[in-house]
Amino acid sequence: MAEKTYLQAISDGLRQEMRRDQRVFVLGEDVGVYGGAFKVTQGFQEEFGANRVLDMPLSETAIVGGATGAALMGLRPIAEMQFADFVSCAWDHLVTVAAKQRYRAGTPIPIVLRLPSGGGFSGGPFHSQNPESSFAHIPGLKIVCPSTPEDAKGLLATAVEDPNPVLYFEHKHLYRRIKGEVPDDRYTTPFGKARVHRDGEDVTLITWGAMVYTADEAATRLADEGVSVEILDLRTLIPWDREAVLESVARCSKALVLHEDTKTGGFGAEIAATIAEEAFEQLDAPVRRVAAPDAPVPFAPTLEKAFIPQVDDVAAALRDLAAY
Amino acid sequence: MSTGTQVEVVMPQMGVSVSEGTVTRWLKQPGDTIELDEPLLEISTDKVDTEVPSPGEGVLAEVRVQEGETVEVGTVLAVIAPAGAAPAEPPAAGPPAAAEPAEAPVAEEAPSAAEPVAAAALPEPPAPPAEPTSPPAPAQPAPSPGGNGKTFVSPVVARIAAEHNVDPGAIAGTGQGGRVTKKDILAYIESGAAAAPAPVEPAAPAEAQPVAPPAPETVPVKAGATAPAAPAAPAPVPAAAPPAPPVTPVPPTPVAIAPLVGEQEEPMNAMRRGIAEHMRRSLDTSAHVTSAIEVDMSRVVAAREALKKEYQAKHGVNPTYLAFVTKAAIETLRDWPWVNGEIRGEKIVTRSYVNVGIAVSLEEGKGLIVPVIRNAQDLNLLGIARAIADVAERARTKKLMPDDVQGGTFTITNPGGYGTFHGTPVISQPQAAILGTYALVKRPWVVEDALGQDVIAIRPLMNITLTYDHRLVDGAYSGGFLRDLRARLEGWGDGDA
Repeated sequence: MAEKTYLQAISDGLRQEMRRDQRVFVLGEDVGVYGGAFKVTQGFQEEFGANRVLDMPLSETAIVGGATGAALMGLRPIAEMQFADFVSCAWDHLVTVAAKQRYRAGTPIPIVLRLPSGGGFSGGPFHSQNPESSFAHIPGLKIVCPSTPEDAKGLLATAVEDPNPVLYFEHKHLYRRIKGEVPDDRYTTPFGKARVHRDGEDVTLITWGAMVYTADEAATRLADEGVSVEILDLRTLIPWDREAVLESVARCSKALVLHEDTKTGGFGAEIAATIAEEAFEQLDAPVRRVAAPDAPVPFAPTLEKAFIPQVDDVAAALRDLAAY
Repeated sequence: MSTGTQVEVVMPQMGVSVSEGTVTRWLKQPGDTIELDEPLLEISTDKVDTEVPSPGEGVLAEVRVQEGETVEVGTVLAVIAPAGAAPAEPPAAGPPAAAEPAEAPVAEEAPSAAEPVAAAALPEPPAPPAEPTSPPAPAQPAPSPGGNGKTFVSPVVARIAAEHNVDPGAIAGTGQGGRVTKKDILAYIESGAAAAPAPVEPAAPAEAQPVAPPAPETVPVKAGATAPAAPAAPAPVPAAAPPAPPVTPVPPTPVAIAPLVGEQEEPMNAMRRGIAEHMRRSLDTSAHVTSAIEVDMSRVVAAREALKKEYQAKHGVNPTYLAFVTKAAIETLRDWPWVNGEIRGEKIVTRSYVNVGIAVSLEEGKGLIVPVIRNAQDLNLLGIARAIADVAERARTKKLMPDDVQGGTFTITNPGGYGTFHGTPVISQPQAAILGTYALVKRPWVVEDALGQDVIAIRPLMNITLTYDHRLVDGAYSGGFLRDLRARLEGWGDGDA
């Protein structure tokens, strides 16, 4: 057990998977010689050789297409998009081929797509998005959004083992900012099990990724005001832990869904709708959503701050709910 | 107040815990002229029925709440326009009509009624102020269908209310706009205000994951490659879900059915609902036992005859038998304080004073109210007779204030006027006992004559019952009280009574 950054935990997890299973290899733009845009795969080529750490041309289509083919041939590719935003270039291979192959032909596609996502550092509209909801809508894909170093490593191991395409959203803002204890040995963190980040009894706050920390700060403020907020970190969106959400809502009867992605069609809508459908008689207030406005992510730091949900925004929404 | 502009008449706040009222009768019709403070309508609330005087003078331009309707405190009931003003516009064209700020906030009685009531231990709902000035009247939210004009009841509150057979309208809300929150209703149930079975939380429904075809981990891979040991793949299946608990039995709730042929329906007014709730709650709370005594009232009859003329001539008061019994009962309570007591949580409360409630029937027997005579131990017979006459008169003319019906420590009911000779009244919570007085009748009675011989005489007899809460008062204790009460009445004039 050692304290590691979120980035180190991902890097260690990757290395562990590659040491464990010869079928596992990584591919992406600048992942080899350069060690990755964020240095997640630094030193990998030295250890595993250029055949298992592939520098790819500037073509996400080629990366995902190649990974899909390799998976069909029995390998376990881990492909890196330099920024999650660019996965849209690979939409067709991912959505039309990889997601449906198992259904069409019965062959598994065990690929992991690493997607550095999220804003908070003036990356602008092409380098800051959280496109998880687009893929959550596609049957056949799994979606993972770790928020802690420990979960980052454990969920990566589970993703590598999973026979389905898994989109692994790693939040760039957490890379070097968040540290935590990470077990040295290999372990897997199950999909579809939420983590109770904070116990509470007045309001259930459901979130994932970097927003877990925004939520926690807001909850600390509310605690000073006598409102106890329970924070559920979903950890995976597909599958997502409905049982944990519905159980918590049954106790608190008030729910807030928070995400960094834009609001309309965001995954929060799915959660809110599920609560309304299945826990209607448990509700003591309308389900609230706090999310980014329906706009591209702005460059300017002040605008980006206004865009991404801040502690003040979450605290205000929690306060409203508590008072309802 | 001279009515230069339109004045809105709103449902007044009749006491801290009252959140709504029912319009029982309009004393003026649209188009009638009205003076300042002239009675305009009668309302009925959980606590009292009262008249609402006009907050302005002019013409009753518009009536917005019809007789029989129950609305929240602060709701605009009517609009009074300056005399000679144009006829009221139809309500739909409202904005100009109500654009003026409401000058008269509430009826004349409201300010004093809104003062804190010492005995009220209920959480206070925020007193809704008079209509906000800016939005025109049509902005007043229409009562939601089936909502009975009350504030919004959330799904979880509705469910808990149904499970516990509780009326959310009877609970003081702490949410926005006085809304009853889940915490409010749970606290209300926990406080024992509603006796009901413990809630059973239905578990969240178990569901299979909505994941697209997850390939099983053991799916064959390319020959030669070794599949890793399959750890638990996240492929939840329904069987893995916890079994759903048995469905919570929900107490039968009355279903709205149309009246059958030959049946008539009328709305239940606030008083009826209040009585219904209180009677049921009292029987669910106290262990009711009734004991009765027969009292030879010869001395009282004689004393009353002697006092009657003087009382009526000098004080305008009739010394009723009820006044005599009340006086004697109050004296007797001094020696039997638990009868004047209360169980409060784990404690027994006794008092140095008696606030005696007098049950007064209203509306030809279709209503009941129990005004309270405070510190009755300080009153002499004349004072008691006068106080009883006063509260009865004010009850019947709907002039009681909320404080007049609160804080009682002991109650007396007198159904004897109709000739009944026995009864088992229901205790007014949280008191410990209620005294019943019955018809005074002449009966053959065995008495001793001057020689010490038994003889049969004709005597005025009255049956008196004490219905007491056996949780606090035992049979011997109540028997002692009744024995002493009888001694006081039969020996009227001998001692201090």
